[in-house]
Amino acid sequence: LGLLPIAVRAQDAAAAPAMTADDMIAEFTGGAAVADGDGVTLTAPEIAENGNTVPISVDAPGASEILVLALENPTPGVARFTFGPLAASQAAATRIRLAKTQDVVAIAKLADGSFVRTASNVKVTIGGCGG
Amino acid sequence: MAENVKPRVRVPKTASRDEVITIKTLISHPMESGQRKDKDGNTVPRSIINRFTAEFNGQLVVDTRLEPAISTNPYLEFDARVPETGEFKFTWYDDDGSVYENVQKVDVS
Repeated sequence: LGLLPIAVRAQDAAAAPAMTADDMIAEFTGGAAVADGDGVTLTAPEIAENGNTVPISVDAPGASEILVLALENPTPGVARFTFGPLAASQAAATRIRLAKTQDVVAIAKLADGSFVRTASNVKVTIGGCGG
Repeated sequence: MAENVKPRVRVPKTASRDEVITIKTLISHPMESGQRKDKDGNTVPRSIINRFTAEFNGQLVVDTRLEPAISTNPYLEFDARVPETGEFKFTWYDDDGSVYENVQKVDVS
């Protein structure tokens, strides 16, 4: 019986740091408007047979930072790239986890301080055989 | 505590001045997301690499915050510009406080 409170607390701790996608966007933009469209490119497959490792890349020429979110994951954060003076391009590629079919979103802070957003829908067919 | 964490990077040994070079990095790490349950139904605590930085001669190339949605054995690819001979320093920061470093020398002609 004495162990029970510890177990409960551990569960609370696991549930606590859940920031929503909106929270993360607000933290990134400081509340500034985000335009849809030109300035940021997100490359992701249309269909991912394995949601555990989905290759994506982002590119936003001149941007200082790019935020990547997966809206339907248990925690929506994916990555936040900050580019320094020796970045030859404001682009990066990585591999991500997607819990299910969903939109992956990239928001870039451009050189003029404005924010642009793009999204790409990825169909996840876990255990599928390509059909 | 993650075990057998091993960083691997691919950087050319030589480059010409201000050449754009593509860098590929991989670090072996389970990236335990904090969502998985073990066979007894207990949540496996989160344990991930939460930050990666790449610098050349002390100047920033890229600083990345990683979340649990990054796959096991986090892979990152990006482009750097090398103005002079020097060293890339790559650093990975683990949730458990560990810091893993890798240094690569590049000769610029």
